[in-house]
Amino acid sequence: MTLAEMETLVYARPASLTEMPTHYCPGCTHGVAHRLIAEVIDEMNLRERTIGVASVGCSVFAYNYFDFDWVQAPHGRAPAMATGVKRVLPDRVVITYQGDGDMASIGMGEVVHAAARGENITVFFINNANYGMTGGQMAPTTLPGQKTTTSPRGRDVETQGYPVRAAELIATLEGASYVVRRSLHDPKNIRLAKKAIRLALETQVRGLGFSLVELLSICPTNWGMTPVQSLKWLEEHMIPYFPLGDYKIHPAVAEIKV
Amino acid sequence: MPPKGRIVVNDLYCKGCELCVAACPQEVMGLDMSRLTVKGYHPATLIKEGCTGCGVCAVVCPEAAITVYREVVRPRVAAAV
Repeated sequence: MTLAEMETLVYARPASLTEMPTHYCPGCTHGVAHRLIAEVIDEMNLRERTIGVASVGCSVFAYNYFDFDWVQAPHGRAPAMATGVKRVLPDRVVITYQGDGDMASIGMGEVVHAAARGENITVFFINNANYGMTGGQMAPTTLPGQKTTTSPRGRDVETQGYPVRAAELIATLEGASYVVRRSLHDPKNIRLAKKAIRLALETQVRGLGFSLVELLSICPTNWGMTPVQSLKWLEEHMIPYFPLGDYKIHPAVAEIKV
Repeated sequence: MPPKGRIVVNDLYCKGCELCVAACPQEVMGLDMSRLTVKGYHPATLIKEGCTGCGVCAVVCPEAAITVYREVVRPRVAAAV
């Protein structure tokens, strides 16, 4: 008996990822989000008709890591660009991949209006509570009291306001069909996140409208922790403020069986 | 007996973040301190016997660096031997 007959392959790198190593810091869960999206696109066999819209931020080089077509949007404008791509090529699956500095700050207008119009696109929103690429500045999602390079004494809500809960905000819009928040801090939640990504793409493939998956993520370098400490910090501090859950599931989406 | 498994960690991608080490339910993973990757990290590796091929390390790996194999248990063949 050969070795191949005795062993089964449990897991291998998904085909929708290129062979390029990422530029992300060790332990950054951007990589997990990339992997899950690539796995779902492989499972649904969508690689030949997916177009991604990359944002500005750490995820700016997403087009180097996914093995399908990408375009690069100006800062925060990915949902607007995705709207154009989807309307010109309605048979394609159009996704955007945005961080919190991109989507919840400068691009808040674009994503809200894309959702309000019920554009048939999917937004993956990575929330790591700061601006990672530029060196850990305070973002709209920074927690009250959280120290960043621009809030060295902790975010003071009296002068700097409160964090934005993007999933809840988008869920109030009539055009949004599938809006959920998931986390990437342990194997169970990573599996749940993958299911949510699958359902978001199913929503789009069936033409049921706007879908958004918010993924809580870690930023070990800018938080000043090891990756394992960061996972614990996410669980203890971020999840109480950003509760995991389904914020909007249209009845037609709820009927999807995968 | 629990199933036997093995993992192959691709040095090109592994950055030694230790998320797999923390997540491994069998606690058989660690960093290989005797080796450095091209980027200068100590890559993750199996340090003990006991891998079951459950694939949890691959689920948490941010770099998709881990390939997981599990031995196929064939009771009939085993009985004949």
